[in-house]
Amino acid sequence: MGFLDIRNVTKAYGQVEVLHRVDIAVEEGEFLVLVGPSGCGKSTLLNMIAGLEGISAGEIAIKGRVVNGVHPSKRNIAMVFQSYALYPNMTVGQNMTFGLEMHGVPKAERDRALADVAKLLQIDHLLDRKPGQLSGGQRQRVAMGRALVRNPDVFLFDEPLSNLDAKLRVDMRTEIKKLHQKLKTTIVYVTHDQIEAMTLSTRIAVMNKGFVQQLGTPKEIYDTPANLFVATFMGSPAMNIIPARVKLVDGVPHAALTDADGAPRLLRFSQANLAAWDGRDILLGIRPEAITDPEGADRKSGNIQPLANRVTVTEPAGSDTFVTMTLGGRDAIARMRADAAVSAGQIYEFAVNMEKAVAFDPATEGRIAP
Amino acid sequence: MAAVTQDTAVSMGRIARVFIYLLLLLFALFYLLPLYVMGINSVKPLAEITGGNMMALPQVWTLDPWRSAWSTAQIGVEPTGLKPYFLNSILMVVPAVAISTIVGALNGYVLTKWRFRGDTWVFGLMLFSCFIPFQIVLIPMAMVLGKLGLAGTVPGLVLVHVVYGIGFTTLYFRNYYAAFPTELVRAAQIDGAGFFQIFWRILLPVSGPIAVVSVIWQFTNIWNDFLFGASFGGTSQPMTVALNNLVQSSTGVKEYNVHFAGAILAALPTLFVYFVAGRYFVRGLMAGSVKG
Repeated sequence: MGFLDIRNVTKAYGQVEVLHRVDIAVEEGEFLVLVGPSGCGKSTLLNMIAGLEGISAGEIAIKGRVVNGVHPSKRNIAMVFQSYALYPNMTVGQNMTFGLEMHGVPKAERDRALADVAKLLQIDHLLDRKPGQLSGGQRQRVAMGRALVRNPDVFLFDEPLSNLDAKLRVDMRTEIKKLHQKLKTTIVYVTHDQIEAMTLSTRIAVMNKGFVQQLGTPKEIYDTPANLFVATFMGSPAMNIIPARVKLVDGVPHAALTDADGAPRLLRFSQANLAAWDGRDILLGIRPEAITDPEGADRKSGNIQPLANRVTVTEPAGSDTFVTMTLGGRDAIARMRADAAVSAGQIYEFAVNMEKAVAFDPATEGRIAP
Repeated sequence: MAAVTQDTAVSMGRIARVFIYLLLLLFALFYLLPLYVMGINSVKPLAEITGGNMMALPQVWTLDPWRSAWSTAQIGVEPTGLKPYFLNSILMVVPAVAISTIVGALNGYVLTKWRFRGDTWVFGLMLFSCFIPFQIVLIPMAMVLGKLGLAGTVPGLVLVHVVYGIGFTTLYFRNYYAAFPTELVRAAQIDGAGFFQIFWRILLPVSGPIAVVSVIWQFTNIWNDFLFGASFGGTSQPMTVALNNLVQSSTGVKEYNVHFAGAILAALPTLFVYFVAGRYFVRGLMAGSVKG
């Protein structure tokens, strides 16, 4: 039993089910990120935790108390909205203490809580301003301050960074992470940005079409994605998915695939149980950073396979160079060191870290577990 | 080359501008003419008007017509002047405007932020009430007022105008609040504010422009209404009905100067409202249209 329990929660509008039997137990102090493309049901789930939308079936419990049907204000939660939702007619200070005022907290106590949080977020000098006079980043801080002042059991964030420009978004991301490390609060955070999900969370729930596709730590999600959707949604550039066939060579499973010129190539698997798939088609998943120049290959890896292939395009990005090639009839991207000597059209000897490779069943799209 | 073209554009613009201002000035004068006639004739002795000098400035300036219109002129059978009717109108218009505006604001709030099954139908029906001609409801309205015991009273007139005004005020406030972010209402709900607290603390403080639109619209319509006043006024008739009784009297001398003064008196409150709140009126209409 967790601090925040989501048990078999379903949401339906009439006959249409938009969220199917979601089951997540969040521990105290955890930072859970719900991530998925738009329309996957992540915001609906967040609104159900907040009490802004009804629960069709199942139950949600906070600190062991079932909150189905409990008014949002009585769940001891606080929410930061995408648009910040600051009251335009009130000053920053009034905005932040409005919730306490509504809960009948005496003025002296309100002022003390306000002063503490304002200092923590470094917005003391803004307290008498109206939201309209603040910059995007400042509004973001005030919105977080309004949530913090209440000292709630659970913080809910609904895509809080998506209205900020790229640079500020990175800054605020670090800021939120710092705040979480300092305060050890329980957070449920909704985003469609997989980098936010990876960097902030202690656990991620990847959602699609109303189903939780996978629930796990960022490392689990990234290294051992449960299915094709999770594999391609998380990570940028996305994981290369290459059609291949399992072939036993001396009893060891290899991935047989074709290179850019249609010639057959073999890559030895580290995963022994794939021997059972001998002769069958699979989808081979390799992240771009697992295909490198030989000098850039991971020295700790026990299974680096050479792969000579023709280079289609090189994209120097400053810190790395992305190289596109054709593999198994599809485009695949390799991530090389910035100064790797590689140019378009040449045949280049890549190094593939097969320890990091994963295999998917083309029929079910699920990962073939070791 | 660019400079030359720009030059021509500017001088062309200047000529066009002069032309436009001249035209506007002409229209303004044309519009102000009736007011001028009313103004100068209300401060002239009657003899000067009947002598044929409608357009000329008065030779003898006098405020007697104004005094007469206000307190001594014959209205129907009583020599009371317009004063008691003016009071009737004020007693009618203030509560009617206030109530219809507040109810409209509440309706708009519910129709946009507390949506329920069939809310668009409810709104559609309220909108429909804006298109019902006054004449159609006269008889049913008379029956209802009679049953309520409000026939021929100021509260009866207030009720009639509130009922008739709610359609318009609801339309204004609904469209204004539709552009108001719902996330704010949700945030306030999580903060623990109730239905009326959200309305009072979050929505009303930003409703200034549309409230002005609603007040001006309602004030003008209710103050200027004649049909309901004449039909349901009974002993407490409003200003418009009294003015008609003053001007349309078929016996005795036609005191045109008094009539002009009375007509201006009847128009003063609406003029006052426009002068005070007129610039917010345009702003409110724009806010509704642009944001919506």
